[in-house]
Amino acid sequence: MSTHDIDHSLDSFGDSTASATRVTPGNALRPEDIAIAQAKPSEQVAEYALRLGDDALILAQRLSHWISRGPEIEEDIALGNIALDQLGHARSFLSYAAKVWDKTEDDLAYWREEEDFRSLHIVEQPNGDFGVTIARQLIISIYQHLLYTALLESSDPTIAAISAKAVKEVDYHRDHAIAWTLRLGLGTEESARRMRHALDVLWPYVGEMFEDEELHATLGDVAVAPSTLRAAWDQEFSAVLADAELALPTIPFAMARGRRGEHSEHLGFILAEMQVLARKHPGASW
Amino acid sequence: MIATVTELREIAARVTDPEIPVLTIADLGILRNVELEDDTVVVTITPTYSGCPAMDAITEDLGTVFKASGFGKVRVNLVLSPAWSTDWMSDSGKAKLEAYGIAPPTGTGHRGPVTLGLGVKCPQCHSLNTKELSRFGSTSCKSMYQCKDCLEPFDYFKVLS
Repeated sequence: MSTHDIDHSLDSFGDSTASATRVTPGNALRPEDIAIAQAKPSEQVAEYALRLGDDALILAQRLSHWISRGPEIEEDIALGNIALDQLGHARSFLSYAAKVWDKTEDDLAYWREEEDFRSLHIVEQPNGDFGVTIARQLIISIYQHLLYTALLESSDPTIAAISAKAVKEVDYHRDHAIAWTLRLGLGTEESARRMRHALDVLWPYVGEMFEDEELHATLGDVAVAPSTLRAAWDQEFSAVLADAELALPTIPFAMARGRRGEHSEHLGFILAEMQVLARKHPGASW
Repeated sequence: MIATVTELREIAARVTDPEIPVLTIADLGILRNVELEDDTVVVTITPTYSGCPAMDAITEDLGTVFKASGFGKVRVNLVLSPAWSTDWMSDSGKAKLEAYGIAPPTGTGHRGPVTLGLGVKCPQCHSLNTKELSRFGSTSCKSMYQCKDCLEPFDYFKVLS
C-alpha cells in the first residue's frame, strides 16, 4: 500500500497530464493505491490481471450503451450501475497490471491496439435486444462469481483483494440476470422465443471462457485455471435455465482466441468509440 | 500543531458522503484509520463499491477539512482489504439514514444458497408492507422501494455482506 499527496493532486487539477477519466483530482484508484503488496506484479501476474481487467472493461463499455436505451427506467439504472461496477473492477485490475510496465490504467485502456486486448469474445458481442444482453449477463455473472470466489484464495494479495471486493458486487449482477431470465423465459411466448434466440446467439462463445492457457499453469496458486470452473458453472447455469423452462443450446462452440489478441470484428468498433476522445485530445481533463 | 489521534479522527469524521450528506464517512464505516506521521496527517479510507465515484470528492474534502484545522500536509490512503460491507455502518449512521428518508440496511445480507429478502421498513410511515421496485437505484449502494401503505417511493441502502 502506498499513497498520494493531496497537495500534489490539487496542483495537477486542470493540468494536461491529469487523467481524462477523473473529474476531480482526488483520484479513485491509482496503481499505488491498490497495491497492497509493495512490489510490482511479475510480468505473468500482470498478464493475468490484464485478462481479468479487459473482460470487465469491454463488458462495462458494452453495458453502458443501455444508458438512455433501457426498456424501462429501472433497467436503465440497473445496467448503468452494473457497468459502473465492472468499470471499477477493470480500473483496479488494469492499474495493478500497468505497474509492471510503468504505465497507468489510462495508458492500457486508451492507448492499446485491438490485438493487445486480452478480453473474451463473449464480452464484445453486440448487445442485441434486451434478451441477448440478459443472456450475456447470465453467462458472465455466473462465471465471474465463481471466478472471483475462487480468486479469494489467490496467493497474490492484490488479486485476492480486488476479487473480494468484486465478488460482492457480482453477486447482485447475478441476481439481476437470474431474475430477468426467469421473467423472460416464463413470460410471454415472444419473450421466451427471444431468450431462446439469445442463448443460441451467445452459446458459441461460452467455450472460450473455460480454456486453460500455459499462463495459468505457470502462475500456480495466483490464478485459477478456467477449466476448473466449468462443472460448477454448468450446474448453476442449467439450473437457472431449467427454472426458466429454457433448453440448454446444443450448438457447438466457436473458435475464439481473444486471450491471444485475436478478436471478432466488434472489438475494433468498441475501441474506436472508447478511445477516440483520449486520442483526439491527449491528456485532456475536465 | 499538536493533536491527539482522537482529535484527528474527529476532524476526519466531519467529512460527509457527497451523495448522502447526512452520513459522515465515520458513520458509513469507510474511515479506517487516522494517524500522524511526522507533520503529515495520514487518513485511510476504503470504497463502498469498486466504481464508487464519491471517493474522489471524499479525498478532496479530507484535504480541505484538515487544512481548515491547520494541518497543511494530508495524505489519503485507499485500501481495498478488508472489503467494506454494510456491517461497517454504525447504528447512529443507520438512524440518521432513516431520519433522512433512506431505509437503512437490514440484517447481514444473503450468504446462503437462497436469497432471502428481509422486510424493509418504510422510512416515512414505518410500515413493513413494502415492495422492491428495482434492485439498483440512484447510486450503486441503493435500491428502489415503494411503501404499499403510504405509497411513498423511497431509497433503500442495500445490504452488501
